[in-house]
Amino acid sequence: MTTLIFTIVLFIGSILAGLLGSLTGLGGGVIIVPLLTYLGVDFHYAIGTALVAVIATSSGSAAAYVKEGVTNLRMGMFLEIATTIGAVFGALLVASRLIPTAVVAILFGIILILSAVNSWRKKAPIEEHVCSKMGKKFKLTGTYPASDGTHIKYGVKNVIGGFFMMMLAGVISGLLGIGAGAMKVIAMDNIMRVPFKVSTTTSNFMIGVTATAGAFIYLQNGYIHPALCMPVMIGVLLGAIAGSKILLQSNTAKLRFGFSIFILLVALDMIYKGWTGQI
Amino acid sequence: MIGKILRWGVYLALTVTSIGGLIYLINQHGQTSMQHSVFIENDENLWTLIKLTVHGVLKGDGLSIIELGILLLIATPLTRVIFSLWAFYKEKDRMYVTITILVLFIITISILTGFGG
Repeated sequence: MTTLIFTIVLFIGSILAGLLGSLTGLGGGVIIVPLLTYLGVDFHYAIGTALVAVIATSSGSAAAYVKEGVTNLRMGMFLEIATTIGAVFGALLVASRLIPTAVVAILFGIILILSAVNSWRKKAPIEEHVCSKMGKKFKLTGTYPASDGTHIKYGVKNVIGGFFMMMLAGVISGLLGIGAGAMKVIAMDNIMRVPFKVSTTTSNFMIGVTATAGAFIYLQNGYIHPALCMPVMIGVLLGAIAGSKILLQSNTAKLRFGFSIFILLVALDMIYKGWTGQI
Repeated sequence: MIGKILRWGVYLALTVTSIGGLIYLINQHGQTSMQHSVFIENDENLWTLIKLTVHGVLKGDGLSIIELGILLLIATPLTRVIFSLWAFYKEKDRMYVTITILVLFIITISILTGFGG
């Protein structure tokens, strides 16, 4: 394959990955890793490229959410302590080669399955007005604008539990080159009982900084190759923008379900390839 | 303001990367074939990487211009954290000034791992 054709194939694939990631809510990075692997790119380059794509898409969409005033900036900064510690640890685990690539590939498949299944879950509205002592101490309470223009107050619970779950999300992000958005949302939704709107936007906001902590380690180990990052970064962003436009216009429940089945198949294939030593 | 930093950071990185990409593809003449199937570990600390990138950019090398775009992209969330530090300081929120410094400290550690030798 010539450089030009390879770049074009990668570019088109990345647009689709960005579109898929944005429609399913799984994020762009998660699909970039299998895409690059299928194109014969080494796993190390694949996770490096995916992490760059993750920073691009999360920063792009976080910009819009911050403007709407839904993102809880203090909660984001507080939990970033946990995610960045985790990300540095995860990226060092890969860079030090303590874990064989095959194991990382299998772990990737498992996380992919968890994320896809999680996207089917029905989300019950959370209304917690009480706030735990820890939550008050760290000023994690907040308000978010409702559709009728009023501001809804919310409190948080289980700050320590959420903090440790965030640390784990950071490790996964640094280890696999993904945003681990699903795990961040679980930490905030299920453990800390933050309203869904706040948890999704705040998790998105945190992904950029978490990925940056891992990216510096990837960068200095040569995982981030400019020739691969160029088409992927541009393609994923274009795909994600298109995806968010489609989401606004149509009811995408069926589309989302179909795509997550596709992602499940990819996940199973990654596990199979890791198991049989093809990665 | 934080939204603006993120948006313009991404736009800037995207523009630089696109320019570098075009130069890279034109100079390649679409002839050489890509080899990414074998991973070559390349240990360079951040300082060396920046120096090499600036050198390449001055020579008009496409790959170096893309690398500059990637560095700008990675710097975007970092700039956001530094700006938050200033914002919390203005609000006289000591606790969050400390928390933000802690986050910056952890990111600094991730940079320092490249200087280990």
